[in-house]
Amino acid sequence: MEPTPAPSDIVVAMQGVVTRFGAHVVHDGVNLEVRRSEIYAIVGGSGSGKSTLLREMILLHRPDSGSIRVLGVDLAGLDDEAALALRQRFGVLFQHGGLFGSLSVLENVGLPLREHTRLDGALIDELALLRLEMAGLAPDVGAQFPSELSGGMMKRASLARALVLDPELLFLDEPTAGLDPQSADGVDDLVRRLRDQSRLTIVMITHDLDLLWQVADRVAVLADGRVQGVGSMAELHRSANQAVRRFFDGPRGRAAEEQQDRLVRARDGAGREVASRPR
Amino acid sequence: MTSPTSDPAVLTQSTPSLISLSGAWTARELAAIVPQARLLRVPGDAPVVAECGRITALDTAGAWVLQSLLLRLQRDGAKVTLTNLAAPFEKLLATVTSQAREQSQRPGVVAARIPGRLEAVGLRVAAAGEQLVALLAFIGESAVALVRVISHPRQIRWRPIAFNIRSGGLEAVPIVALLSFMLGVVVAYQGADQLRHYGANIFVADLVGLSILREFGPLITAIIIAGRSGSAYAAQIGTMAVTEEIDAMRTLGIAPIELLVLPKVIALVIALPLLTVCADIAGVVGGMVMAKAQLDVGYPEFLDRFLKAISVTSYVVGIGKAPVFAAIISAVGCFQGFRTQGGADSVGRQTTVAVVQTIFLVIVADGLFSVAFSALDL
Repeated sequence: MEPTPAPSDIVVAMQGVVTRFGAHVVHDGVNLEVRRSEIYAIVGGSGSGKSTLLREMILLHRPDSGSIRVLGVDLAGLDDEAALALRQRFGVLFQHGGLFGSLSVLENVGLPLREHTRLDGALIDELALLRLEMAGLAPDVGAQFPSELSGGMMKRASLARALVLDPELLFLDEPTAGLDPQSADGVDDLVRRLRDQSRLTIVMITHDLDLLWQVADRVAVLADGRVQGVGSMAELHRSANQAVRRFFDGPRGRAAEEQQDRLVRARDGAGREVASRPR
Repeated sequence: MTSPTSDPAVLTQSTPSLISLSGAWTARELAAIVPQARLLRVPGDAPVVAECGRITALDTAGAWVLQSLLLRLQRDGAKVTLTNLAAPFEKLLATVTSQAREQSQRPGVVAARIPGRLEAVGLRVAAAGEQLVALLAFIGESAVALVRVISHPRQIRWRPIAFNIRSGGLEAVPIVALLSFMLGVVVAYQGADQLRHYGANIFVADLVGLSILREFGPLITAIIIAGRSGSAYAAQIGTMAVTEEIDAMRTLGIAPIELLVLPKVIALVIALPLLTVCADIAGVVGGMVMAKAQLDVGYPEFLDRFLKAISVTSYVVGIGKAPVFAAIISAVGCFQGFRTQGGADSVGRQTTVAVVQTIFLVIVADGLFSVAFSALDL
């Protein structure tokens, strides 16, 4: 059994969260804890309330009951000023990017700096360009408008904007949805690099089994309004819970697992360490 | 990591070769020292020590400013050593520095050239010309589609036509009638003073009748519908273009012009003359009410004079303009919708353009009608 982490190492804590839309109960007592510097994935079928859960964490939706603490701040009864301060401490990558169509990519990335700091315009442009390049985009992308970008470029630009204030916590909503396999691999790498470089905590929602096997430290399976199981993919794989099993037993689940096995063997064969971090 | 309490970044040069850095070097706290960092000079020959032990926080922005400073000092010939930089900060600085080095090796981005004044005028004229050609092409395409549909009457889509007549015609009756009534009131009121001067009170019927039936009725109706339906057409088709619905339609073998444009054109060509009749009636009633209130011309007298003074031609000439206005409104609205590219921003822009162009073209067409009618003595 792992030791219980200290309270200060819990970045997101949800307790007994209940959400209803009319008579439809989406969450019926969700409990989860995200620890500092881990990549935490939330999975579940369509309509299982993953996205709503994320919206509750990022202050876009209020649960009907239950408590949510993000970065040690209780979200219930948060005043505007405290909410603004908290919002600056996390970044969000929306599923469709959420880039502003009327601004160029560089202006989009620099916008949080322009709004929340007193730095001068030239320095902000430099920083935005740096972020853009760190997200793996060519500098001339900065002059383009979001409508001219491909899906993968849009995600990268949006990620650059989410990270520009160096948040402690990053939320990713379907980071690989709608991407070709190559771009999706690029996002995998990017997410892993981010976590390795800084002590960033990442909470993501995804369907992408490859991403889950290769990037996530812990995975929570959401079904029937509750968290059905939490653990590494390998642990969940051994779970007997029906809702968890459904996730692995499809042909896609098996393919991703085999792919993971192949990767591990290839890495071992090359005589390198499997992973530098505990898994 | 950032802390909520303020801890501004500080940069001090205690001796020429000793720089001490302290405080939070984060995006929020940096503003004060950025100009200072740009001005900092050190002696070129002696080794310089940058004491970093009291830096409490460093983020990417701070690391960028720090590495820019170091890079500039090195280029000036100074040898700078950082001391006591905490390990995680050192790692971040290394990442940012290597990224910066990579960036500096690539040629910079060429900024987009801003065209000169004359060139800008030329570009706008060329764009306007391109748009005019595209509009003519669109009208041609629609006309061809119309002919095709009329020659195969079973292909006419009656449901969308009926729907558009209701939404664009029937539902606009109250606003058209109200505004036209007020226009009749205004015309009669403005004329009343002059007419009373000459004791020609009864001629208010001529004034109101002619101006409303020939000009104001059709024009006010067309302008209201341009704002009401023309904008809706542009926004609807524009949004469909953004969400790839138009492309989907083409792929499914449905001509967007037949499905989206023709029903709107046909519906408006039917609805606008009918709305103009409503506007005529309401405008004349407005004038009649005002004539009684201001000039003591009773309703029977007014109507008597109205019948004698206003020929059927005036009425028909007014109504006759409406189908042309309808064609302009629906064609330009749809055309601007199809020109939408990109995102939500573009939908708004094309909608604005549609309304402005429609009203402009309606007034131009009205002027041309006046010239033509006076040449024909109508």
